[in-house]
Amino acid sequence: MANFEFWNDGNTPLHPASAPDFVPRPQMEQMQLHRLQVMVRRAYENVPLFRGRCEERKVTPDDVKSLADIARLPFSVKSDLRDTYPYGLFASPLDDVVRIHASSGTTGKPIVVGYTKGDLEVWENVITRSLAAIGVRRGDVLHNAYGYGMFTGGLGLHNAQAMGVTVIPVGGGNTERQIMLLRDLGITVISCTPSYFLHILDEAAKVGLDFHSLPLKYGIFGAEPWTEEMRQRIEEASGIKAYDIYGLTEIIGPGVAMECTAQSGMHIFEDHFYPEVVDPETGEVLPDGETGELILTTLSKAATPMIRYRTRDITWLNREVCACGRTLRRIMRVSARSDDMLIIRGVNVFPSQIEAALMQVDAAAPHYQIIVTRENDLDRMEIEVEIRPEHASDEIKQMEALRLRMSQAIERITNIRAKVTLVQPNSLARSEGKAKRVKDLR
Amino acid sequence: MKIEQISIFLENKPGRLNEICRTLADNKLNIVTLSLADTQQFGIVRLIIKDWVRAQQVLEANGYVVNVRQVVAATVPDRPGGMVEVLDIISSAGVNIEYMYAFTSRRGTAAVVIFRFDDPDKAVAALTTAGHDVLHPVELFKDSE
Repeated sequence: MANFEFWNDGNTPLHPASAPDFVPRPQMEQMQLHRLQVMVRRAYENVPLFRGRCEERKVTPDDVKSLADIARLPFSVKSDLRDTYPYGLFASPLDDVVRIHASSGTTGKPIVVGYTKGDLEVWENVITRSLAAIGVRRGDVLHNAYGYGMFTGGLGLHNAQAMGVTVIPVGGGNTERQIMLLRDLGITVISCTPSYFLHILDEAAKVGLDFHSLPLKYGIFGAEPWTEEMRQRIEEASGIKAYDIYGLTEIIGPGVAMECTAQSGMHIFEDHFYPEVVDPETGEVLPDGETGELILTTLSKAATPMIRYRTRDITWLNREVCACGRTLRRIMRVSARSDDMLIIRGVNVFPSQIEAALMQVDAAAPHYQIIVTRENDLDRMEIEVEIRPEHASDEIKQMEALRLRMSQAIERITNIRAKVTLVQPNSLARSEGKAKRVKDLR
Repeated sequence: MKIEQISIFLENKPGRLNEICRTLADNKLNIVTLSLADTQQFGIVRLIIKDWVRAQQVLEANGYVVNVRQVVAATVPDRPGGMVEVLDIISSAGVNIEYMYAFTSRRGTAAVVIFRFDDPDKAVAALTTAGHDVLHPVELFKDSE
């Protein structure tokens, strides 16, 4: 384990766990190839879905002789996790699995991932390196406002305790109390979604609290796409440094990649996660520097290895050595998602979930439209639902009850409270693609 | 005697009530009385129309969601205490009023109030037993031609 005394002696700015961040590329690639070969064999031998796909393509683990050979392997996609729910993609027996996490799926069933003890150590390692990259160290106090529970955000950042950081597991909600803690507990680092932090700032301003007067230095913001403009706003309004963190449940959770103090792209912890960028249409691998869909392969995850997982995130890989000296490739700001998933207050929401919720209320899905706005820096979701003849009533309370049943079903499935507005039949625009179901006005 | 009331779901947007009234006007349908219930989000307009069957057809053909309910038109003495008398009869009979609204015309010394009861038959029986007029559609609509 890390030698904190050595690290905190004031002469060395780096955490020992960060050593792999700086290895020369050939050495990194050698390690990646070795781990890739082991990982592919593990998945091939333990995950029938992966083996079947390899057999279809007439490729075996022995065919992975170089990193470029990864292109011969089949992709995996989010629906694989759903189709094999709950444990179909597990390569470890449950005896070896010590943690389960989940994220919302598209049909109400979550996608489930497992962690062995070793996997949790990898998570600690990448969170340590993430935080070390922005200057967080032992003695810092982390206010972790990501939701705890099966969502990977809360327990993901909680791993900061492994590097000696004081972690306060605040979780989400109760902004007033969060502000009190930020004022009283000597907090130096905060982690949450960027939109929630802006909300905290607004609420704090209302009670006359200026964040410039607090010891807070760093913000670790992720779980939703955000912009450079938002960073500027956060930094100016609070006096902290705002950093982007990247991760997804299917791969490990937060800690797949993290910005450094240079704030110029997120370093992928490449010794654990192998990145590729492909053309989202053809699946063809693109050279570094070209924009496409990010594909990630876990190089060390034992319980649920992912080979060539399609993240649906559109970005590009920067392989230039960073100003901070890290040789890890960087993903440049994730600009868009290649499907119609919405991220509302850090939670993934699919139009199909809304449809599923409405169908719980009414067997035939009504016509609906999702409108997403950002008010006071908080995402708001409104669902306009066309009423159908059988909904007709002469009583307000009946119609209100219908509206309530719909919003309750939506909250049950998505974990997001949405305002439901009933509208007249045929008042919503009709279109072919379901992408038009969404009006994102953020 | 019960009469039919049609109600129409309305989005809370400018011009929506105009559209309904215009549709009825274009089809030469006279609104005898009307009441509007609303929330911040939406409203329900309730209409008494003599030819409610055609009104329903016309409105549905224009894309409205229409609901038909039986309501009771009862006379209420137009003097202090008149309303209380009627309400006492109804509550003694154990009938709930879902909502009620006043009719636009009078009959002699009485006002006409439209009631939506949870049990209209029981309410009609209680009112007539107590000597209160419950209007037949023919009487109700005779002035509106």
